[in-house]
Amino acid sequence: MTDSKGKSSGISRRSALQLGAGGLAAGSMLSMPSLVYGQTEAIKIGHLTPMTGFLGSLGEWAVKGIQLAAEEINAAGGVMGRPLDVSSEDSINPDTAATKAQRMLERDGNAFLMGEISSASALAISQVAARNKRLFMALGPRSDTLRGKSCNRYMFCTDIPNTVMVNAVGSALLREGMVEGKKFVTLTADYVFGHDLLTAAKAFFDRNGATLVQDDLVATDVTDFSPYLIKIRQAQPDVVCLNLAGNQVTNFVKQYSEYGLPFPTVGFNLNTADAWAAGDGNLTGTWPTVWYHTLDNPDSKGFVERFQAKYGELPENHAWIEYIALKIAAQAMEETGSTDSEKLVDYFESGAKFNILKDREAYFRSWDHQLIQEAYPFTVKAPGEAADQFDILRLGEAVPGAEQDLEVIYPTSDQNPCKL
Amino acid sequence: MQFVFLMEQVVNGLVLGGYYLLVALGLSLIFSVGGIVNLSHGAFYALGAYVAMEISKVLGFAGGAILSPVVVGFIGILFERYILRRFYRAEPILSLLVTFGLAMVGEQMIRILWGAAPVPVSMPLLLKGPVFIGDFLFSRYRLFLLGVVIVALIAIWTLLNKTSFGRVVRAGIQQPDMVAALGIKLQPYMTTVIVLGVGLAALAGALFSPITIVHPAMGAEILTVAFVVVIIGGLGSFWGVILAALLVGVVRGVTIHFYPAAGAASMYVLMFAVLMFRPRGLLGERIEKFE
Repeated sequence: MTDSKGKSSGISRRSALQLGAGGLAAGSMLSMPSLVYGQTEAIKIGHLTPMTGFLGSLGEWAVKGIQLAAEEINAAGGVMGRPLDVSSEDSINPDTAATKAQRMLERDGNAFLMGEISSASALAISQVAARNKRLFMALGPRSDTLRGKSCNRYMFCTDIPNTVMVNAVGSALLREGMVEGKKFVTLTADYVFGHDLLTAAKAFFDRNGATLVQDDLVATDVTDFSPYLIKIRQAQPDVVCLNLAGNQVTNFVKQYSEYGLPFPTVGFNLNTADAWAAGDGNLTGTWPTVWYHTLDNPDSKGFVERFQAKYGELPENHAWIEYIALKIAAQAMEETGSTDSEKLVDYFESGAKFNILKDREAYFRSWDHQLIQEAYPFTVKAPGEAADQFDILRLGEAVPGAEQDLEVIYPTSDQNPCKL
Repeated sequence: MQFVFLMEQVVNGLVLGGYYLLVALGLSLIFSVGGIVNLSHGAFYALGAYVAMEISKVLGFAGGAILSPVVVGFIGILFERYILRRFYRAEPILSLLVTFGLAMVGEQMIRILWGAAPVPVSMPLLLKGPVFIGDFLFSRYRLFLLGVVIVALIAIWTLLNKTSFGRVVRAGIQQPDMVAALGIKLQPYMTTVIVLGVGLAALAGALFSPITIVHPAMGAEILTVAFVVVIIGGLGSFWGVILAALLVGVVRGVTIHFYPAAGAASMYVLMFAVLMFRPRGLLGERIEKFE
């Protein structure tokens, strides 16, 4: 981009903000730029997400999604006439995430915090946010513990939790008779998220008469799975079940296909970027997802089009979740007329409904602060059936079905130890 | 039965050793000749994977695997000529800093050129699937990989030990001034060896890309393992690196057999144990520059 282009786009963006800023006439605004600037002081929001490490490739999508949402909101006049200023940073690990969260709230003047994919880093950030009595919207983490034992007044979780992923895939497995009396082996990511997913998986096996014959923990930086694959073959299971995360999923899928093991696989966690990276014909099995770009919903399709127009590629589910989350936050600020965390928390707890580009609207459950929404199981298209490398998944029917209450796939108050 | 299962892990560990060896060997080569700890080795590995992916779109898997090391090797010439050459006799900390910087530049370059999201790479169907030797499970692709590693090892050993080229290189490592006094210009030899090391990294990247995730930070991931292998074996020792790679592969497999959660940690424990008793690594020589 040339300098002149850069400048002109900067000016047009600002004037667009000014135009939408309130009831003032455009002419008078331009004659008093400093005054207008003071009135339209941006609402700063701190956004932390992993951009390096085993979740780094997902974090890049998160940044793209939230920036698109911010642009759209600002182009439409901002929130309460003020533009949003979302600054994204690499959270790296729980320690750094906590340090950055503290700095973002204390020194950088952010109203509240959003983001994260790692359940471990989210836990660290949530403690900082709670200490400062500021809102933290945990967007990508799926750990049940985070919205269970570790829940607090200031944290709201937008992604589906592990229990829902297990239930989404589980319902598909039950239909195919792949659970009762079957022998499972599991591979589990060795950190809070994986452990948590394993707990949910074990509960599902127990409930439905499956036996777990082997469960192996896998460190997050493992790239070679061959010793694990050999153990799987030695155990001769009926189904191989994966509770892996991030790059682990892609590495496993590639190597499982490389060794050509015959056992069917199911995964309780997958992000679409992991599936896209697997390569032709490598991915098999049944998996859950929170959102996929082929979802047949007009709002969702509009988002996919706008994302493609801006970035020249399809949005991954982390781009989607960051996008809808900023829209949720904007709606809350607009409705309460405030950026105050206490007011936003009360608004979220009120059961307000949000359009999240799915058929049914979502809402935060007041007693454990998680976004209640539909999920989807999917299977993999046969080689030759996919139009291109991104068209490899066949999305199943939304879970729960239209006639059921959304909360049936979520942990009940007996199962979830959250005390706010 | 337990014993048979364990033996299967040991044998698989040996094959896995070959996999580590391909990356570690180039690292060790560049160190032994230039005295430089090349922290940008992983970046060349990642670049090898991406370049192979691009070439294979036109020329297929074999074309990518053969040409990618050549292309990256050419970049290696520039790397040696304009950067590394200034640091052969400098403080080791300076070359550490510059190659560390290059590793980050390389990773970001890949991110700019190919995007941050991982890219899909598949293997040729011919090499896909299991091979059973007795009742032991092997991947056909990894046996092929092992073959490539063995050929590379023999070629490098022959080059360094049986040719006049190798004699000059070895003399240059021990007595650079003496070699110069004899009227031999060391520079082209150094360049060749560095290119060889960088080319090996690219070859590893090209060959591993069908079995691991291809993303910008893949170099940083593999570099740690490569370093552990080189340090256990002894910096700059040809046989040390081979021994260490096999040892790391076996220790990792056996650990995962008994205690899967400790699989990744086992090689660091092994490194710790080796360094406790032999600070210079298993077969490492004393290196004055670092003492």
